[in-house]
Amino acid sequence: MNKTLYLIVLFFFLIGLQVFVLNNILLFGFINPYLYIAFVFFFPLKENRYNLLFTSFLMGIAVDFFADTGGVHAFATVFIAYFRLFFIKVFFNKLEADYPFFKLKEEPFGKVFNYIITLTILHHFLLFAFSNFSFNNFSNVILNTLYSAIFTLVLFFSGSYIFTKDY
Amino acid sequence: MQQIVYFFQRYKYFLLFVCLELISLSLIFTNLNYQQSKFISSSNFLVGGLYEKISNTKDYLSLKEINETLVEENNQLRNLLDSQNKSGGFLITNDSALSNNKFTYINAKIINNNFNSAFNFLTIDAGENRGIESEMAVINGKGVIGITDQSSSKYARIQSILNKNTRINARLKNTNYFGTLSWNGEDYNVVQLIDIPRQAPVNVGDTIETGGKSTIFPEAIPIGYVSKIDEAQKSVDNEIYVTLFNDMSNLKYVYIIKNHDKKEILKLENINNE
Repeated sequence: MNKTLYLIVLFFFLIGLQVFVLNNILLFGFINPYLYIAFVFFFPLKENRYNLLFTSFLMGIAVDFFADTGGVHAFATVFIAYFRLFFIKVFFNKLEADYPFFKLKEEPFGKVFNYIITLTILHHFLLFAFSNFSFNNFSNVILNTLYSAIFTLVLFFSGSYIFTKDY
Repeated sequence: MQQIVYFFQRYKYFLLFVCLELISLSLIFTNLNYQQSKFISSSNFLVGGLYEKISNTKDYLSLKEINETLVEENNQLRNLLDSQNKSGGFLITNDSALSNNKFTYINAKIINNNFNSAFNFLTIDAGENRGIESEMAVINGKGVIGITDQSSSKYARIQSILNKNTRINARLKNTNYFGTLSWNGEDYNVVQLIDIPRQAPVNVGDTIETGGKSTIFPEAIPIGYVSKIDEAQKSVDNEIYVTLFNDMSNLKYVYIIKNHDKKEILKLENINNE
């Protein structure tokens, strides 16, 4: 399939999934997965990062619209979109020449695992810290981050295991 | 000049990043400030419309439950009617009597409900077309739900009682000891009543209702019951924990209360302030 078309479909699919399905799960009353950040993981690695930053901002804003959270999702998503490159350099030792050939599913699972976990926890922590917006209940922020991150990661890895043929 | 161009060249992604983050931050701040967030909210046309479609299909799954609560509420209202006029349980529909009422009730359906963050909002399917404005009380048969925040033509957003910015005047039932109801963001069943006088005879299990000392809520709408008292009275604000009658995670039909005297009262109070 055409790469751009694939990304557009993925964009709307992930927003719909997040807003209409995942936001209503509320496991044990408060745990929600935030799977829409998978968009940032799947976005092709390029030297030009304008597209990634803009689309992840739009993604976050769209989720914010539906969840009435101001700009919390947008903030967290743009943050991990910007620092994605840094973590790719840290975990996968990639140079600029390697960018066009970088594919998540062709990398060793251990490295992918570390990379996804780091970005997910970073995103969830920012998300809950800003939606709480005070230092009261800070233990709640940490707990929410942990539980939701576990939920998101389970969904992400099982989802990518099921939907990629050659895994 | 070349230095500046070089600077922008080098840090272009970082500058874009900072710019987007600043936009997000400003949106977060405006959302927290009461009534300023006209832009990002679920009361706009597109989001409200989508939520309504989803809600319409989901409604079939909970019809039985909703019917039961409606029957229960009807039963309560009939009992109330019976106790007030001895002549029997039918409504007197006198138009001139109706127009003298201080409050009018508008019914609406909740199409989006949040209760798991620290600043929660709900969306209802009634807006300016049905006379919804900002700062109107929202209740259901069991008790208080929130205050309307902003409205578009067809939808309105409610600032839930489970929002750290919400302050509601509340009192002990059948007394005039009143305090302020707020929420600490922890448990969605429990809110906090603060600043109630220390001499007030509060016991665990006492009912808390609205105090009627604001222009938003009428008097004596139930809120919840006292579930924990600060026995040692160590805290300055004398915090009392109130368990809500409403299950905020399971709401469907609500009433919005319009206060006809609000403008008059506010006008009078503003004269006093000056």
